[in-house]
Parts: sequence; C-alpha cells; structure tokens
Amino acid sequence: MKIIAACARYTTPDDLKSLQIANDADLAALAAEGAFDGVERIELQFPKFTDGRAFSQAVLLRRRHGFTGDLRATGDVLIDQLVQMARSGFTSAVLAEGVNAAAAERQFARFAGFYQGDALEPRPLFARQPSEATHDHREAA
Amino acid sequence: MARKAVPTIQQQDTMYRYTDFDRQFVQLRAEQFRDQLERWQRGELSDEQFLPLRLQNGWYVQRYAPMLRIAVPYGEISSAQLRVLARLAREFDQPEPALLREAQRTQDALQASQPGLTLAAPPLKHGYGHFTTRTNVQFNWIPLARAADAMDLLASVGMHGIQTSGNAIRNITCEALAGIAPDEIVDTRPFAEILRQWSTLHPEFAFLPRKFKIAFNGAAEDRAATGWYDIGLQALRNDAGEVGFTVKVGGGMGRTPVIGSVVREFLPWDQLLNYVEAVIRAYNLYGRRDNKYKARIKILVKAEGQKFIDAVEAEYRAILEQDGAPHTITRAELERVQAGFEVPPLRAAGVASETSISAKPFQRWLAQNVRQHRLPELSIVTLSFKRPGWAPGDADAATLDALAELADTFSAGEARLTHEQNLLLPWVHAQNLPALYERARALGLVQPNIGLLTDMIACPGGDFCALANARAIPIAAALTELYQDIDEVTDLGPIDLHISGCINSCGHHHSGHIGILGVDKDGKEWYQVTLGGSDGSALSGPATPGKVVGPSFSAAEVPGVVEAILDSYRELRTSAAEHFIDTLRRVGHDPFKQAANAARLDGHHRSARQAEEVAA
Repeated sequence: MKIIAACARYTTPDDLKSLQIANDADLAALAAEGAFDGVERIELQFPKFTDGRAFSQAVLLRRRHGFTGDLRATGDVLIDQLVQMARSGFTSAVLAEGVNAAAAERQFARFAGFYQGDALEPRPLFARQPSEATHDHREAA
Repeated sequence: MARKAVPTIQQQDTMYRYTDFDRQFVQLRAEQFRDQLERWQRGELSDEQFLPLRLQNGWYVQRYAPMLRIAVPYGEISSAQLRVLARLAREFDQPEPALLREAQRTQDALQASQPGLTLAAPPLKHGYGHFTTRTNVQFNWIPLARAADAMDLLASVGMHGIQTSGNAIRNITCEALAGIAPDEIVDTRPFAEILRQWSTLHPEFAFLPRKFKIAFNGAAEDRAATGWYDIGLQALRNDAGEVGFTVKVGGGMGRTPVIGSVVREFLPWDQLLNYVEAVIRAYNLYGRRDNKYKARIKILVKAEGQKFIDAVEAEYRAILEQDGAPHTITRAELERVQAGFEVPPLRAAGVASETSISAKPFQRWLAQNVRQHRLPELSIVTLSFKRPGWAPGDADAATLDALAELADTFSAGEARLTHEQNLLLPWVHAQNLPALYERARALGLVQPNIGLLTDMIACPGGDFCALANARAIPIAAALTELYQDIDEVTDLGPIDLHISGCINSCGHHHSGHIGILGVDKDGKEWYQVTLGGSDGSALSGPATPGKVVGPSFSAAEVPGVVEAILDSYRELRTSAAEHFIDTLRRVGHDPFKQAANAARLDGHHRSARQAEEVAA
C-alpha cells in the first residue's frame, strides 16, 4: 500500500484519471451510468476516521464492480486504520494532516495473518493450506 | 466420614483449544495495544484517536478509573483463566488510596445531596471481577499505565478484550447450557467459535455505525435472549435432519426496545459467515450515523423493513454468485472446531463429604440450583453470585481462585458464566453434589435462589459507570436484604428482576418481569419501574419489553414498590403454582400498577417499617 503524507499529496502529482466518491454514494447507480469507465483511480472518503462506510465501498468496488485501478483512502486517515484499508482493497492512502507515517510500517508487519479472507487473500484461514496460513499485507510502497 | 484424597477429573478438550495461530494472534494483539498505548502516552495519538483503539481492546474510562471488559466467548472459562482473573483482581484492581478516598467522597456527596430519597449505599469495593449479562468480566480500578501488562497477563491464558467495546462486532454469546442441556437441538459453541474467529479484527467492520451483538441458542427453549440481539441465531434441524439457523435481525434494548425480525427461517449452517457478512455490510453502508441513538441496526430494520431484507438478500446472492462464497464453512473446519467441544473424560465420583443429604438446605439447593444434564450421571450446578454484602455477579480474588479449584475438582476444569451473572459448573458427577455443596457453601455461593426474585440482574450503575443516571447497587442490596427469607422467596416462585442504571440497558431492565431503570431528574436519581418484560425463555414467553407502571420513584421508595407488586401477586394468583408473570398476564397490569403507585406514600410496607425500627 502506498502511504502518502498529507503535505506530499500535491507535490507529486500524476496524471491518473481520478474520480472522487462520497461515502454515501450509490455505487450501483454510478456503475450503471458508466461512471467508472476509464477511471484509473477512485478516491474514497473518510470524513471522520470513525465513519467506516468507505471500507465497504472499497470491498464493493473491487468485488462487485471489478475496479482494478488505484483505490485511494482520503480524509481522516490514521495509521491504525491502514492495515484494515489495505485488507479492504485500498492501494493508496493520504494520511490526515499532522499524522506521522513513521509508525505506519510496523503496523503492517505486526500480524502474521488474519482469520477472514480479504481483498489480498480472499480465502479465510480455514480454507488455506497450513503452509499458507500467513501472508504479507505489505506491498512495495 | 473420612476425608479421602480428591480425584481430579482429567482436563482435556472440554473447551476449544487454541491453536498456535490463535495463541499468537492474542499475543500480537496485546503487543499492538501496548504500541498504541505508548503512542498515546507520547502524544502521537490524541485522546479522540486513541478512544476507539482502547475501546476495541475493552478499555473504558469510567467515573473514577478505567474499566477493563474481558471477553469470555460463549461464557466458557477454564480454571487456568479463572486463576488469572484472580491475579488481576489481587494485583491490578487496586486503586491508589487517594483515588479511592476521592471517589468515595464523591459518592458520599451524591448520597448527601438527596436527603430522604436514597437507600443505604455500600462503600465502593475493589479487588474483584464483575460477571456481566453478556459473559464478559469487568474490572474497575486497573490504572491505564498498567493496561498493557494486564493484557499480556490475559494473553498468557488466551484471554483478551478484543471488541468487547466500540462500534464493532462484540463478544458472541451462547446460552449457558450449550452442549449439556437435555433439550438441546444443536451444540452452537463450535459455530460461535467459528463466528468469533471470523469477526475478530474484521477489516471492513471495525467502524460500524454502532455496536453489534450476536447470540446463539441451540436448544428448544431460548435461553440466550436471541430476540434482543442485533443478530439472534436459533439453531435447528430441518426435516432432512440438516442443521441450520433461523436468523433474527434488528433486536435491541436501549432507548427504543425492539424485538428482532426473522429474516431467514432456515439458513444452512455452512452459509453462516456469508449471510452474516451480507447483513453487516448492508448495515455498515446504510445504518444511520447522524444520531447515536438511532444508529443501531434495529432502527434501520424498523425504518426500512422489507427493503432492508431485500438489500441483505441481494448482497448475500452477490457473495454466493460473484464472490464464489469464500467463507462457506467447510465440513473439515466444523469438525476441527467441534473436536474442541467433546465431552471430557470423567472419572468416577468419590469426593468425600459430611453434608447431610436429607437436610432441608441441601435438598432445597438440589431443587433450585442443580439442573438435569443431558448425560444421566452428570448434573449442572449453578453457583449463586446473589448474596448479601455483594453486588450481583461480583467475585473477589479469593473467590476466583476457589472457583478455579472447584472447577478442577468437580467439573473437568471448566466453568461457565451465565446471562444471569452467575457461574455454572457444567460437568459435575451427581454423586459429588454433596461435596460440592459443602465447599460452595463455605464460599457463600449456595443461596438456593437461582431463577427466583433475589437472583436479580444488575449493572454496576452509578457507583462506577460514567454513563449511569442512577446507582443500581444500592437497589440490588436493599432488595437482597428485604428478601432474605428463602421460604418467602421460594413461595414467590420464578421472577426475573432486572436493574439498569441508565437507558443503555446493560442490566436488561426491558426484559425483566419487573424492570427497574435509573433515570436522572435535575441531578437526582429516580427509578422507572416496568412490568411484564420477557427475555424469550419458556417461563417468560415470547421476547417483549415491559411497560412502565407510572412516574418514576425515589430509590427509597423502590423496595416498597417491589413489595407492593409482589403482595398483589400473592393476593391475585390462583395458587402458588401460578407464576408471577402468568398472573400478571392473566389479570393485566392495572392492579399491579395501582399497588405500585400507592406505595409511593405508603408507610406501612415492610421496608419503611424496617427503616423506622432502625431509626427508633
């Protein structure tokens, strides 16, 4: 997962075709309108870090709408939610203002594996082979 | 009779045995919490940012000190775990003397500010654990600075506070008799364990609109209050003998009591995780987040009705058809988990005792506190944590250690927490009952009141809880005191009396035959009394909230009000065989309401008389 400090967000612009979606948007309606066609990045919103709707939106975009581009978490993004975001299908995150990325990396290294399937490993622990019980949630940042 | 050496029952496989992965997971969670705590202490996390992190590890900050809520999934606890709880009580649940003095002074001031309205208030205690209605154990005085050490200690026996608070999937409960009840259809503990694992650190569902509680019942009688849960799962078998669940969604207490609606009559067992995922995803997306009091799934189900059910069904179909149903439970996984819930190897009986088995106290205890087991040579024993001098469900360090000993000696090392805040021993050889009675009596845990009036439920209330509007412990203490005559309590028969210190309803007042709810009026403590609630048990009938009898009462009036209600019952019942709840339903609420309201100014009730006698 690519982690971007708040201050770095605009200093490294890219020219990906981006779409911003509110966390109460109707994804099925947007898909029906063709809103995701040709889109390379979708930015989802965390207006407060305690508002978890965008986790489900990310899951739906990956699983139901087959979105394969960059899925970016924006808004009140804190380091203790980054692993959850990666597991829900986000591939990049812009940290909230004032959040230090230094403590982020060790969060990804902490757990050897999880019980549920997720965006990175769809099979739950019980459906994996014992040798596959652990998997690495880090990707090249 | 000579005392013989105590044969110990071999301890193995009575409970789900943690794998290396499970054990390591809990340890890593404790490490993660230490890291979060340290970042908060260094100022890298604000209070607001740290709040949900500590809540999802069971750490509240209450009236005077932090409170730790430890999960006991589906109520099963081992003797080793009980011993660790004893250590927590002894070594961690100890406030600084200055803090305790200040807390007591504040409580005394609360009492003094309401002359004539209060009951005697027992002093604040420490050094004990509290059994909750949802099979958690709470401690009230552990300093936050020692929180990480406490979690490490708990992790050493596979315990934790994962998701015991916060807006996440909470500790999952089963009825206390799962696996041992004669009327069992399906042992739901393996399913609860599989669902517990699935819900643990679920990436998508850690910031739901509000808390989310799931309960299982696997017997003919609903002893798990499934109608009152966000999701209630009733296990059953279809005509072909296949196991499945009736799924109820949208029950809950709080400000708006609602009984869950059946959304699936028969969900095949292997679809449990896929279906629950669909329900919670729909809730996460559509549940209200603008108002804390309208954020539970019950409000969504009530407001949207069939539309919500359709959304869940559509999502469930998509999980099956588009995702390929990755969380379909395999038979191999079910069997792996089931293997952890086998009947333990039981040694022959033979613990010596000097109990006089024909004496009335023992016979009464047998009749009231000992239940039939599905295995004929065994019994189910409930130890009563409803005794004078103690709040319901409280156990100090010495008691917790002694419970571990009892569990080892008499119950294959296993005990269970019950919804009614007692502790149950599930594997007691019937011939060992006299010996168990003798030892439990020495601990003060044999009041023959299980299921009776004094087996009341009460939350910690305004003695500890920051949310409480009123104290619950003095009410419980006064009623316990008032009804010490066990002949009278036995004659009154089975009665569910539930006390909550605020509308959050941790004391389940809505489901009590008699419910008592603390409310705040101008900074003073008042109590609403409700009648006719039900948790859904055979005794109480279909789950339903009670109805308020009238304007609220002062604490000082409550014992007299309860007494007036019970006096009315004795006058109105057709015979002693007609239970309180049945008389109430037959004659209606009016005579009870009148009696309750008349007790406001009535100086002739026993509680008032006793107060006068003391004063005289």
